[in-house]
Amino acid sequence: MRTLDQTTQEVVDLASKHFNVPAGSLAPSDDFFKKLGINSLQALELLSRLENHFGIELPDYEVQGVSDFRTLAERIQSRL
Amino acid sequence: MKSFSGKALHWEWRDGVVEVTLDREPANEIGTVLLGELEQFVAAIKSFEAETAACIMHSGQKRGFSAGADLRELYRGAIALPEKERNAGVRDFVVRCHAVANAIDAAPFVTIAAVHGVCFGGGLELALTCDIIVADKMARFAFPELRLGLIPGFGGIPRLKRDLGNAFVRDLLLTGRSVNAARAQSVGLVAQLAGEGEALKVARATAAQVTKFDAIARAAAKKFMKPIPYAELKQEIELFCELFARPAVLAALKKFVESTNAMPYLP
Repeated sequence: MRTLDQTTQEVVDLASKHFNVPAGSLAPSDDFFKKLGINSLQALELLSRLENHFGIELPDYEVQGVSDFRTLAERIQSRL
Repeated sequence: MKSFSGKALHWEWRDGVVEVTLDREPANEIGTVLLGELEQFVAAIKSFEAETAACIMHSGQKRGFSAGADLRELYRGAIALPEKERNAGVRDFVVRCHAVANAIDAAPFVTIAAVHGVCFGGGLELALTCDIIVADKMARFAFPELRLGLIPGFGGIPRLKRDLGNAFVRDLLLTGRSVNAARAQSVGLVAQLAGEGEALKVARATAAQVTKFDAIARAAAKKFMKPIPYAELKQEIELFCELFARPAVLAALKKFVESTNAMPYLP
């Protein structure tokens, strides 16, 4: 079973790959909307990517108000 | 008319298959322009249905199949009119949407929606008029209408109930959440999954298979297995119009249109 730190790192890595930003340029505490300059539809793309990767279903109302990678990873962790 | 190129969509007929490409920036929002051109497509069906085995509906927009009704146009149109004309205008729009949906649903050829990205609200309702939904693994499906104080108004509830188990339908509608393509396939909403970016390719292979069969048997089988719930669809129109007439809906539309929230598409 993954630790939260592992999950967080995978989330950050997936986000940097999906949005084509240099690996290592994103930090767990970053606000992904501001850092990546993405909108809500792009956030849903990331959600699909994360669900496919982790093999989970993450209802979007559980990520309402979430804007940093660490908290997103916590939501994912609770579904693993 | 075997080919057409408009502002919001284009279609092309070739070798028994007509491909309809929804192509209105940014995400094929269904407003007066797209609806008008869908009506033109429906009007053209008679001219090629005898030679057509399949129709593929897909999107040329990167964000997805369709994000649903053009809420900005709906809001701008609504606030410009006094209440009575506003409600009559919305009813007219919804009735026209239903006529398009019913015509596609009843088409004698096989209809295939090739879905990528967002397939929300009216966009999902459009996909539901098709016989087969092929979705790429990054597609997402949702009926977020409750957030606006509405229900899906383009025929979504009766069609969803026709095709799927009620437990999932209730979850989707009452939470307003989006589900990914794998989940959608597990409940029977999506017939076939495709790799990312491959939905159209898979849809074309499916269409090629469909063209092999006897047209009369195919049309008869489709009509028999997919009854159109006309009575419920009419009830949906009435319920939608009744809900739309409430001040809360205009307020919710205003909030959506004026929102600076980074995630307005989330419940």
